[in-house]
Amino acid sequence: MSNGKKMNLSLKIWRQADKNSAGEFKDYTVNNVSPDMSFLEMLDVLNEELIIKGEEPVAFDHDCREGICGSCSLYINGRPHGPKRGVTACQLHMRSFHDGQSIVIEPWRANAFPVVKDLIVDRSAFDRIITAGGFVSVNSGGAADANSILISKDDVEYALDASQCIGCGACVAVCKNSSASLFVGAKIAHLSRLPQGSPERHKRAINMIKQMDKEGFGSCTNTEACAAECPKEISMDVIVTMRKEYMKAIKEME
Amino acid sequence: MELNAKIPQGDLKDKWSYYKGNVKLVNPANKRKYNLIVVGTGLAGASAAASLAELGYNVKSFCFQDSPRRAHSIAAQGGINAAKNYQNDGDSVWRLFYDTIKGGDYRAREANVHRLAELSVNIIDQCVAQGVPFAREYGGLLDNRSFGGAQVSRTFYARGQTGQQLLLGAYSALMRQVGLGKVKLFPRYEMLDLVVVDGRARGIITRNLITGAVERHAADAVILATGGYGNLFYLSTNAKGSNVTASWRSYKRGALFANPCFTQIHPTCIPVKGDYQSKLTLMSESLRNDGRVWVPKRKGDTRKPMDIPENERDYYLERKYPSFGNLVPRDVASRNAKEVVDEGRGVGESGFAVYLDFADAIKRLGVDEIKMRYGNLFDMYYQITDEDPYKVPMRIYPAVHYTMGGLWVDYELMTTIPGLYALGECNFSDHGANRLGASALMQGLADGYFVIPYTIGNYLADHRPDGLDINAQEFETVEKEVNDRVGKLLSVNGSRTVDDFHRNLGQIMWEYVGMSRNEGGLKKAIKLISELRDEFWKDVKVLGRNEELNQSLEKAGRVADFLELGELVARGALNRNESCGGHFRAEYQTQENEALRDDENYCYVAAWQFKGDDQLPELHKENLKFEFVTPSQRSYK
Repeated sequence: MSNGKKMNLSLKIWRQADKNSAGEFKDYTVNNVSPDMSFLEMLDVLNEELIIKGEEPVAFDHDCREGICGSCSLYINGRPHGPKRGVTACQLHMRSFHDGQSIVIEPWRANAFPVVKDLIVDRSAFDRIITAGGFVSVNSGGAADANSILISKDDVEYALDASQCIGCGACVAVCKNSSASLFVGAKIAHLSRLPQGSPERHKRAINMIKQMDKEGFGSCTNTEACAAECPKEISMDVIVTMRKEYMKAIKEME
Repeated sequence: MELNAKIPQGDLKDKWSYYKGNVKLVNPANKRKYNLIVVGTGLAGASAAASLAELGYNVKSFCFQDSPRRAHSIAAQGGINAAKNYQNDGDSVWRLFYDTIKGGDYRAREANVHRLAELSVNIIDQCVAQGVPFAREYGGLLDNRSFGGAQVSRTFYARGQTGQQLLLGAYSALMRQVGLGKVKLFPRYEMLDLVVVDGRARGIITRNLITGAVERHAADAVILATGGYGNLFYLSTNAKGSNVTASWRSYKRGALFANPCFTQIHPTCIPVKGDYQSKLTLMSESLRNDGRVWVPKRKGDTRKPMDIPENERDYYLERKYPSFGNLVPRDVASRNAKEVVDEGRGVGESGFAVYLDFADAIKRLGVDEIKMRYGNLFDMYYQITDEDPYKVPMRIYPAVHYTMGGLWVDYELMTTIPGLYALGECNFSDHGANRLGASALMQGLADGYFVIPYTIGNYLADHRPDGLDINAQEFETVEKEVNDRVGKLLSVNGSRTVDDFHRNLGQIMWEYVGMSRNEGGLKKAIKLISELRDEFWKDVKVLGRNEELNQSLEKAGRVADFLELGELVARGALNRNESCGGHFRAEYQTQENEALRDDENYCYVAAWQFKGDDQLPELHKENLKFEFVTPSQRSYK
């Protein structure tokens, strides 16, 4: 690891003009990288240099840069969000790399996430899965007093562990089957554990899973890579919960 | 121009009820004949789009992000206030109203703020019904924490990610309406201009950020929920994409811009590290519940924090403000941090930081409890700084965080353009000159879930749907102006990048229009910004074409607007010869260096009207009348 000194790095970055074009890796170097820079700031520096040279900058998704919006979608040296556990690419700092290192940067790779440009992919499939059932059917107004629903601390903590999913798609990107089970499981687990979400839990499980399959995500074969790489460290438990909910729902439908 | 805030009659606590009882309604069968545009999908935008669709209106919802779930409300950490008084500690709607209006340094409207406090309780009920997992006690009841500027515990929270959980709630309500066919979603679309027809807001011009296609959208009303303009300072806690374009374009089409100089500098952010820095990260104000702020008593003390004995530390907030201590409002905490740094008592490599120390709290409560309360914040701090806050004190420094100023709106949240509404941070209405912690989420959701669904009907009832065609001349004209502007940005082909200009603008703003302002500095800023703007249009380098995903072009348009806004902010600050809340003019302070208001001459909302690119904006004043509270010198001592 670095010791505070500036680094020179070789980058291999996926460039692709649009979803219909073929892409390829291109080589770049960035020099004098401070170990305190974030990974995205290192890309900012590269882009500034490219623009000045008249070369097209690298397109990548980013927004909050504090690990919560879920925009980041960089596959860094063969791992989503790079070498550190439990962080998104925007929270990854260059101190995790060393002088002279080669870094390969790719977009998420999954049929359900087509590349839009360079490192940007289309994750609207996730939105469509939520549209299929990732909600509690209540309209604005008319809700009962919040304390009229008692929820045990354990249940609410479990729900929050699941609902902190940021929808980045790292789980899909790392899975050899491109399965979205961790994402879908997280929402199902969040809502199924709370009394508010219970009345429509069966319908929710069936509709969300149906949509997940329709979007072209693969099946889960329990490799657990998703949970290992999730920047919010969402556990495999949510997939178990998803299956239980689905089985119960199927049984009820019979 | 006469600014009519349309405050309903009656006693303060009856105004909203009176309004609701007398407002015009749109018949349910007619609602589906109206088309509404909502721009932005943060707390205000998503909650408004969902609630209006639930009522039966047809809604088009736009956001520049790839998904509505990523709007920057997601990053709000600490919590949301509500006057539930679940803790039996003396809270009430009146007290929340009073704290908010006092925290805002008496520069907000009484009626708006009281409505906000009333609605706060409904918000919590609504969010819980949606499945938002707020923190709970062991008995299953909701938990609360305290927050700056208040002496009661009224803040509801979900660990350090309350904004995320609330936004995911609003997003799920929005997506439910997408599924029901009542909302049509336009992600990766940016609003580039407003279309006004016969004096009414009737549509917007957008750019599809993937294909570059410039498109027209017509509607019966347009609702902006596009957030604040903190990125004017380049370095801020806002998301990189947060921008002022929708508000600014509306300003240039006739909507007045109110109190632009009311910008908030948040006291607890991670200090700046190097020139490459692209944004600043906030550490939730909730940390001040348990963390103690201090600097060494001696100037230039470079010892490690642990080596500085207790009696050589200055816990300056506790010392100066014994009754509020570390929980003074944000503007007070920020200014005091600047003061000790200016005295040469700052800490860390740069000297631009103060300590936020958890050693006592860990001793008192144990590591596990601290982890439960702030775990994700501590992790985030560790990721960024490589220092473990469980072992060494955090280093923090103020950073631009929120903008109280924004489009002028009346009680109904309508701007000065009929049919154009502004919700959430992009309006000016509820926080006066300083926003209290955990109040932004409250305002965004109050506006979206509970205000706009009532107030918009009052307007629509008078304007029957007329199926306005997007081929109308007005759309044609504005679209051409948008295309010309895009073309101009692409054709300059100068030598400096957009980010380079943006950084430059940020330096000017922070130096002269930041935490402390004075007449000479503001005049200098106005000149420097105007020169920088000229240079931008001569020397900016934007590569590529319009007809593709072009992130440099997106940024260029936003920075071009910031370069205009910056000047208005400085002019607003120059006009306001007083200090109040986040607006601190060095010339106007008490002997104890506190903000010195001038109620005699400046107890008004400064609303600015665009008069042309080569003209000075015109100032209109909405005088603030305090009928129910008496403005006093704020004291947190």
